[in-house]
Amino acid sequence: MFTTGEESLLRQARELRDEELGRLCARVCALLQEEDWGPDAPDALRRLFLIVSATKYNRRLERPCMALLQTTLCSPTCPEQLQLLCAAVLREMSPCDSLSLSCDHIQNTRQLGLVASVLLAQGDQQQVRSLGQRVLKVLESRQPEGPSLRHLLPVVSKVTSLAPDALREEQTRALSKRLGDWLRYASVQQAVAHSSGGFFSTPRARQLGPVTEVDGAVATDFFTVLSTGQRFTEDQWLNVQAFSMLRAWLLDSGPGGSSAPDADDKSELEGSTLSVLSATSTAGHLLPPQQWLREKAFEYCQRLLEQSNRRALKKADSDLQKACLVEAVLVLDVLCQQDPSFLYRTLSCLKPLHMRLRGDPAWVRALLPVAQFFLHHGEAAAVDAEAVYQHLFTRIPAEHFHSPMLAFEFVQFCRDSLPLFGRNLGVLRTSFPNLFKFLAWNSPPLTSDFVVLLPSLVDAGTAVEMLHLLLDLPCLTAALDLQLRSLQAASERPPWDVSIRAPGCLEALRDSQVQGLFQHLLRAHASGTVERLTPLYRLLQPLAGCARVVQCAEAVPTLLRAFFSAVTQFADGALASQLSLLLLERSDSLYQVPGYEAGVHRVLSSQFPALCELHPPLVVEQAKELLEFVGGPRSGGHVLTAVVWAIGEYLSVSWDRRCTVEQINNFFEALEALLFEVTQSRPSAALPRCPPQVVTVLMTTLTKLASRSQDLIPRVSLLLSKMRTLAQSPAAGPVPGEEGARAAHTRATELLNLLKMPSVAQFVFTPSVEVSEPRYHRDTNTALPLVLRTVSRLVEREAGLLPG
Amino acid sequence: MVHAFLIHTLRATKAEEGLCRVLYSCFFGTENSPNDAQPHGAERDRLLRKEQILAVARQVESMCQLQLQACGRPAVDLQPQSSDDLVHLRESPCGAFRLTAGDPFQEPRTVVWLGVLSLGFALVLNAHENLLLAEGTLRLLARLLLEHLRLLVPTASLLLRADYIEGILTRFLPHGQLLFLNDQFVQGLEKEFSAAWPR
Repeated sequence: MFTTGEESLLRQARELRDEELGRLCARVCALLQEEDWGPDAPDALRRLFLIVSATKYNRRLERPCMALLQTTLCSPTCPEQLQLLCAAVLREMSPCDSLSLSCDHIQNTRQLGLVASVLLAQGDQQQVRSLGQRVLKVLESRQPEGPSLRHLLPVVSKVTSLAPDALREEQTRALSKRLGDWLRYASVQQAVAHSSGGFFSTPRARQLGPVTEVDGAVATDFFTVLSTGQRFTEDQWLNVQAFSMLRAWLLDSGPGGSSAPDADDKSELEGSTLSVLSATSTAGHLLPPQQWLREKAFEYCQRLLEQSNRRALKKADSDLQKACLVEAVLVLDVLCQQDPSFLYRTLSCLKPLHMRLRGDPAWVRALLPVAQFFLHHGEAAAVDAEAVYQHLFTRIPAEHFHSPMLAFEFVQFCRDSLPLFGRNLGVLRTSFPNLFKFLAWNSPPLTSDFVVLLPSLVDAGTAVEMLHLLLDLPCLTAALDLQLRSLQAASERPPWDVSIRAPGCLEALRDSQVQGLFQHLLRAHASGTVERLTPLYRLLQPLAGCARVVQCAEAVPTLLRAFFSAVTQFADGALASQLSLLLLERSDSLYQVPGYEAGVHRVLSSQFPALCELHPPLVVEQAKELLEFVGGPRSGGHVLTAVVWAIGEYLSVSWDRRCTVEQINNFFEALEALLFEVTQSRPSAALPRCPPQVVTVLMTTLTKLASRSQDLIPRVSLLLSKMRTLAQSPAAGPVPGEEGARAAHTRATELLNLLKMPSVAQFVFTPSVEVSEPRYHRDTNTALPLVLRTVSRLVEREAGLLPG
Repeated sequence: MVHAFLIHTLRATKAEEGLCRVLYSCFFGTENSPNDAQPHGAERDRLLRKEQILAVARQVESMCQLQLQACGRPAVDLQPQSSDDLVHLRESPCGAFRLTAGDPFQEPRTVVWLGVLSLGFALVLNAHENLLLAEGTLRLLARLLLEHLRLLVPTASLLLRADYIEGILTRFLPHGQLLFLNDQFVQGLEKEFSAAWPR
């Protein structure tokens, strides 16, 4: 809908030359100086706003224009439309050093609010503080007429959040007292409506009666944001404003908030012991202001909890009820943190609330703040916390994974509450299959959150199972899609991908073996077992092209890297062994999503050597499996390269005393056969052309092994000369391209040269531990290929000096 | 509290031509930067804010595109229908994501977004806000803007209508304060808004 007309308008605004802008400024000045502002003034100002805001670079407006804008903004007779436009232009120009705007003489609170918005945009802390003082002065003075104080409360809230020390202690206390009054004692009658009859009828004030609840019943108690009526009085407006800013105010002004330390603190503590002793709410204004506000806030939240139980007549009100419930629980949480004496009373309302919310799927988002409350105040609520988490982590992800907002909130809850979980972290950890459902379904917004969450989710017990599930994440996405299709009746906007039909899949699910695997994939908790999901891959193949599955597949490599960087922190030898085997097993057993296998292979090929480095003996321990892997059929080159390199690097006595000459010989034969296979066979559809890295790494590894078992040297020399000859004819050769062939040729030559000096070769290829720590060969200057080249040149030079 | 509000263009798929353009943006106060009041510092601040907004707009656009793609909804969804716009809003793609500290704002923030009729609406919030309220407010703002600016009409534009947008924002999101407004309050404010406007 963004038309070319709009695009060209934007471009014009951006490219407007300075002289034209000057002309527009002059016109604006002229129009604003007129006595009564006609319709041209707003037009010109709109254009000016567009020009100033369309570009990210600064625009200069003439001084007289700026001055006039400020004057117009502060002028008491200016219509609202013009004021808004002036304020908008001034705000767009911010921060601006030629601003002489002052809020000191403005009486009209709405105008004051607008001026405040410009001043707050300047980014000057001093201005923010003085604005705060001025606004507070207006608030304190009695201003019965005109647009009300409700324009000012948001300014106060903003000022305290930007400059926490803007208000003095006694001002904060005074405002806290008034907030408490507005929250609790707003009028419960609807505003009087003046019926304007004709000229002859007397204006009669119609009393509309008391305010109502959202379900239509007459209000039973004091006014809150969930009370409705046809018209509202000023103090009812202030009630709404006060609640809207309540939580931020409590946090900013409470103990631990950034206001200056209170000489009154002691009296507050005494006040709180008072309320512990008297369980009923206190009478009179004997309480210090902070305590007064907390008490009123508590009563307000209690009332909201009760009001949220009603069935609202309008959908918008129903949505508001949920938001109010969430806010009430959050405020109660803050209150209990600031004053533990509220805890007993809060728990007695939250427990029944939790029971009520559990049963109703429409209120699921409100469960999260309740769970957070139990987390914060765990000791006092010990008995309930366990049940709360169980329900939270077992049922909610499984039933609501497809709601993007809930998924986001749930993951944020996990992330933010991590330090608080304490001994309940086990529940979070074993629920990772359920948590991954959120990730599988909504991967783009949640991937970065899970990267942060993974280190806390994985431990030695769950690492293997988690790696399997991560590799199966796209399959999980497809399975969830299928589950939704099977459970839900077709609605107008189903949550699954409607562009892909999967007719056979639902039928095929009936098979019991497949059902078992399906249920395993969709499990809620870590089961400790591992299942091969290959039949499921086949069944879910039609869904592999779904956009959602592809998005998930794109996120998996990032998650794998995060997983491995977490695991390598604590993995011991046994775990490293297990994981490395897992890598090999799964490298060719993946759900076939376009591009997925390649992405996963890239990660696995860098992680396998990392695991070997962590626990070098694993190459010897897993020798049998590695032999099988090398000898068996495989598809990709990356993983193979990594495995072969690792064999060359770690299969020696210096890394593991159990390494035998026989093992080295076995590997040698297997790798030799592999090298012949990749170099002799013609490339076909089944066996694609192998990249040059595979050939060079095979040659290097074979040479390494030969240097450790010197009987193999003649064999490998023969092999290398053959390879050199083959590489010389690139067209017929096995290695694609000129460069690849040349690289293979050079490497073969270097290796051959090195083998002429077996003891040097041994030193180069199998450096002893003292030499290899601190791993000089990490440095590019001493890396192996460079060493090979150097030695090679030395040898050739020497050979040239020798006769014959 | 809301840190910023923006409206930007939304293409249904990446393949469509054009760039993501910010049509309107508004900051409620500034981030607390160390007090350097040099003049060129001021320009840099403004440039930084504009770039931050553009970065958010681009992320919102890509999140929206990914969500639509994942649901398999055809691109034609984003074209204006002549039917009830309330239905549109209920079904519009909507989501949230987190911005880490430094990328692009100094502090960690949460973005709540809504995609309606090839326009993206987004609220940049502090890290721990009542997202139910934010979502509700965003839907309300979108509805009000669609209705009062009559954006369903094919020739409508919001580029030269800053006064309407500001008027709605000062009432329904004053200084970035999210308000708990029940339906009657909203109606009252709307009446006040219509009365205060010359047209």
